Amino acid sequence: MTETTSQPIPSQPKRSLFQQLELDVRLLGMIGAFVILCIGFNILTDGRFLSPRNLFNLTIQTVSVAIMATGMVFVIVMRHIDLSVGGVLAVSSAVMALVQTKFLPTYLGLGFDNPLTWIIAIAIGLSIGTLIGAFQGWLIGYQSVPAFIVTLGGFLIWRNYGWLFTSGQTIGPLDKNFLVLGGVNGTMGEATSWTIGIVAVGISLWAMVASRRGRIQHGFPAKPAWAEGIVMGIVTCTILGFVWILNSYNIPTRKLQRMFEAKGEVMPEGLEVGYGLPISVLILIATAIVMTLVARRTRLGRYIFATGGNPDAAELSGINTRLLTVKVFAIMGFLCALSAVVASARLQNHTNDIGTLDELRVIAAAVIGGTALAGGAGTIYGAILGALVMQSLQSGMAMVGVDAPLQNIVVGSVLVLAVWMDIQYRKRTGTKL
Amino acid sequence: MTVSETKTAKQRRADGDTPLVELKDICVSFGGIHAVDHVSVDLHPGEVVGLLGHNGAGKSTLIKVLSGAYQMDSGEIRVNGDKAVITNPRDARTYNVETIYQTLALADNLDAASNLFLGRELTTPLGLVDDSAMEAECRKIMGGLNPNFRKFSEPVSALSGGQRQSVAIARAVYFNAKILIMDEPTAALGPQETQMVAELIQKLKAQGIGIFLIDHDVHAVMELCDRASVMKNGQLVGTVNIDDVTDDDLLSMIILGKNPSQAAA
Repeated sequence: MTETTSQPIPSQPKRSLFQQLELDVRLLGMIGAFVILCIGFNILTDGRFLSPRNLFNLTIQTVSVAIMATGMVFVIVMRHIDLSVGGVLAVSSAVMALVQTKFLPTYLGLGFDNPLTWIIAIAIGLSIGTLIGAFQGWLIGYQSVPAFIVTLGGFLIWRNYGWLFTSGQTIGPLDKNFLVLGGVNGTMGEATSWTIGIVAVGISLWAMVASRRGRIQHGFPAKPAWAEGIVMGIVTCTILGFVWILNSYNIPTRKLQRMFEAKGEVMPEGLEVGYGLPISVLILIATAIVMTLVARRTRLGRYIFATGGNPDAAELSGINTRLLTVKVFAIMGFLCALSAVVASARLQNHTNDIGTLDELRVIAAAVIGGTALAGGAGTIYGAILGALVMQSLQSGMAMVGVDAPLQNIVVGSVLVLAVWMDIQYRKRTGTKL
Repeated sequence: MTVSETKTAKQRRADGDTPLVELKDICVSFGGIHAVDHVSVDLHPGEVVGLLGHNGAGKSTLIKVLSGAYQMDSGEIRVNGDKAVITNPRDARTYNVETIYQTLALADNLDAASNLFLGRELTTPLGLVDDSAMEAECRKIMGGLNPNFRKFSEPVSALSGGQRQSVAIARAVYFNAKILIMDEPTAALGPQETQMVAELIQKLKAQGIGIFLIDHDVHAVMELCDRASVMKNGQLVGTVNIDDVTDDDLLSMIILGKNPSQAAA
């Protein structure tokens, strides 16, 4: 309270536009910074940065880190840290690559590009990631070894298991069906993408209406109808705009020609086909929805946030915080393996250095996205936006032609600056946490 | 004190009825220090038993054995005469033991309803957390407990001391507690709120709930309790009927560890 006038407190303190819209001001700040960043790069690159082609590439490059960042939100909210995500990604990728190129085709005699191969490989990879995560979680939760130490050890251990298994070789080419999950090799096409976009808009609007109806039914205060309408409009434009951008990136004519030739058909003259939504992006969106649902609407999520806010209180409320730690790290491990699928499919090979330094990118994405290292606060969408900001910075600078050392200096500075600004913002508004 | 039950706690005790809860010969030690050393206390329905003692006398430790936060080394807990096994806070809840901790044990980043239902969330048929239902229930109970409570959608870190206390009390009372443990419930409160807690204790007593009240304040214990058990250096000095003793008797038990009944006999 900085005002010290003797005027009575206004009966309706909620007056400002943003407050009536009940939008997350920090999210808006981040989106604002992101937009400025994009426009800046766009000017510096003579419009290349915001071209459909670059936006498409940016999106599929972000997916791997963004998937892991959603899991890192839970880990950091629980007041832990995971430095091993890059290593877990590498070993999962190595095992999946070996399974689909050596084990299944040769030893089991399924042959190459068998329709079962990719499913079995992914199932094994996801299991390994989950098991590693659960094991680390057990050490942290039940054996009380600090997460920093366990995962610092894991950082050295898991990646090098991958190295041992593959003898450091690049493994590839990967299974044809597996590659579809990587991005550019597996897109939904324009019509399907529009359909998915429209269905997504429908579901979002329905969820917002249902939530509003629920509040009114219980007699809780709800935001004004016009504010709800504006938010709905923003959501609709965002979803459809995103689909539109990905649809406007056309498959190169040569590639299209080859696709027609593969089917034994002749390509019509002047045909233009957009890529549409990559399957990897759909995987990220599904992950984000599930993780948000877990965070907000399940007991597991509620307990994760409660434990982050006050571990003693959580324990005294009868929450098994040890088992919860195992679960959170198992989720993290699962998401690392899922990222390994997307990352190795995008690169079309398993390389020995896959996911190197990803742990730092993932932590940075979560932190830039507003996850507090003190625990108890963080959002899934924030982490994904954080990952997008990081990737935009990196590829934008590469396009502009900034020297490699300078790129890292900028990224590091942005990380610290983002957290500093967040702290200043919280001081200003007086919000704790 | 008139109690609307057929029997008062005093009569139950005189008749030799089975106590609501008995802590028998409890020992807890931390690395060679006997925090609780062969202590026995009991509690009847509708009775308030005060636990008194200096800081470090072992009263909080004793009570945390009952609430499941600590494990006892030896001893026995009986609820309604049956041996009870309490190894964690979840077990305690199954015996309808509820605790209001001195630290309040609230998750500061969650709102009042989430704290009220922490560990016992209401869920929709799909198994998802039903925030609307919980907020509705929370508004209902807070309406009775603290009508001035308004901040339902803010994290409890934004609440005042008294409001936080009402959330902690609401949590203990909401789930049909039979045995209620209050660890210095008025320590952070102003006079008006302290009065509110005193009235609440009378109300709960009338409902037949047994209450262990841990407090430093001898006057509060004299006013609210039926009996008082005094601890010093991990041992039980003695348990007395409040009607039979004066403030000074209690103080000398706390400070000197002297039991007035032993001195008289």
